[in-house]
Amino acid sequence: MTTYRELLQRTKGEISEVDAGEAAGLEGAVWIDIREADEWQEGHLPGAVHVPRGHLESRIEAVVPNKDTEVVLYCAAANRSAFAAKTLGELGYTSAHSLAGGFTDWKRNGREIVMPRTLSPERRTRYSRHLLIPEIGEAGQLKLLDSRVLLIGAGGLGSPASLYLAAAGIGRIGIIDADIVDETNLQRQVAHSLETLGTPKVDSAKRSIEALNPDVDVVTYRERLTSENIERILADGWDLIVDGADNFPTRYLVNDASVWHDIPVVHGSIYRFEGQVTVFSPHQGPCYRCLFPEPPPAELAPSCAEGGVLGVLPGIVGSLQTNEAIKLAAGIGEPLVGRLLLFDALATEFSEVRIERNPNCPVCGEHPTITEYVDYVEFCAR
Amino acid sequence: MTLVRVPPVLRTEAGGVREVEAEGATVREVMEDLSRRLPALGSRVYRAGELQPFVNVYVDGEDVRTRDGLDTPVTSASTVILLPAMAGGSSASPAGRRFRAAEPPSAATCRP
Repeated sequence: MTTYRELLQRTKGEISEVDAGEAAGLEGAVWIDIREADEWQEGHLPGAVHVPRGHLESRIEAVVPNKDTEVVLYCAAANRSAFAAKTLGELGYTSAHSLAGGFTDWKRNGREIVMPRTLSPERRTRYSRHLLIPEIGEAGQLKLLDSRVLLIGAGGLGSPASLYLAAAGIGRIGIIDADIVDETNLQRQVAHSLETLGTPKVDSAKRSIEALNPDVDVVTYRERLTSENIERILADGWDLIVDGADNFPTRYLVNDASVWHDIPVVHGSIYRFEGQVTVFSPHQGPCYRCLFPEPPPAELAPSCAEGGVLGVLPGIVGSLQTNEAIKLAAGIGEPLVGRLLLFDALATEFSEVRIERNPNCPVCGEHPTITEYVDYVEFCAR
Repeated sequence: MTLVRVPPVLRTEAGGVREVEAEGATVREVMEDLSRRLPALGSRVYRAGELQPFVNVYVDGEDVRTRDGLDTPVTSASTVILLPAMAGGSSASPAGRRFRAAEPPSAATCRP
């Protein structure tokens, strides 16, 4: 009969144990904290991934797919991690090591530790359906809560976007719109209501967001976006722009600013029964000017006010934009970069076209000719 | 015959339909044929032997500007999509009125 002590001693003799200095020298090593959740909450090594010992066998291949990767396992005092290293060896990992002295020695020697951020019980409940998705989980939800998204327009596209971004727990939402809520908006602009008729759209949207999720910090800009105010607004710090503007000068203005400030833009536009969605990721994919070097003449560019729009269409397109925004904020999935998604509500048909960077683009090309704001009205009126 | 998808803003010129047919082995030939069949639509997208710069033309999902332009080959199985930019989004109802007011020029609407 083998005792625990004997088993531990034998296991330690069979595995590789490294001290902190040796471990730091291992190239490309993945550090895995195999302790329990409550131990992890009290601090962990910087850059470590938390895989509790009980889940090690089932999760390790997802965390470390290449079995020749250097893996440094640690627990509190290098006992559980010795058994864990042996297990990884049995699973075919060729370079699994146990960190001598574990977290206790690491901390005692004054080395850096990180206190993990966690969600409060209230947030854990509110975002429970996100937490259940492996691609989001607690880390992803914390990223959403740290994200700052600027909405251009609180109308058709901005309404669903503001509500779903808020519900998802985007930490700060900025809204730019100079308009007042009127009766004709209510056919589609679901962030507004009878109660907010006659009030500024930004205030109405803020009210809806706050009623939905008090976690969100709403910053309102009751003004029309222009070359004069865009720098001030962007200086407030935005990770991402959701563009639901209703006119071409604003679209080109937002594009140019986003390229210069390196802020991704989730683009959506609608007319009658059809919508377009894409993501402009500066310097990684095409920009709006790569896609549409110039706007169409006025008679081919009617607004929804002139041409009409199916009320649910901005709901669909704005939700698709929000899907892209949430993916970008959480750092998951395949963003709609270099692809323009077309939606036809009458046919209920999605199609997609490829869009590429234009090396001669005047803003994001190899030799840009537009390097400061231009007169966007004049540019669009040509 | 190749299927040509007509954008909503050009449906009036195409008799209200979403798709039309045109014949040709290249984008140029399809545009020429389209201009014969539906002159109003044709002239919007193709004029003086050139594609209008504000309309993107895709053959099977690829922008012809990134391929061989008007010489891009087209087959009867191809779908050609004509696509001008759309501005609509926030669709503030008083857009026309609002932008007609004297305002700083930087981001008023394209239209007078």
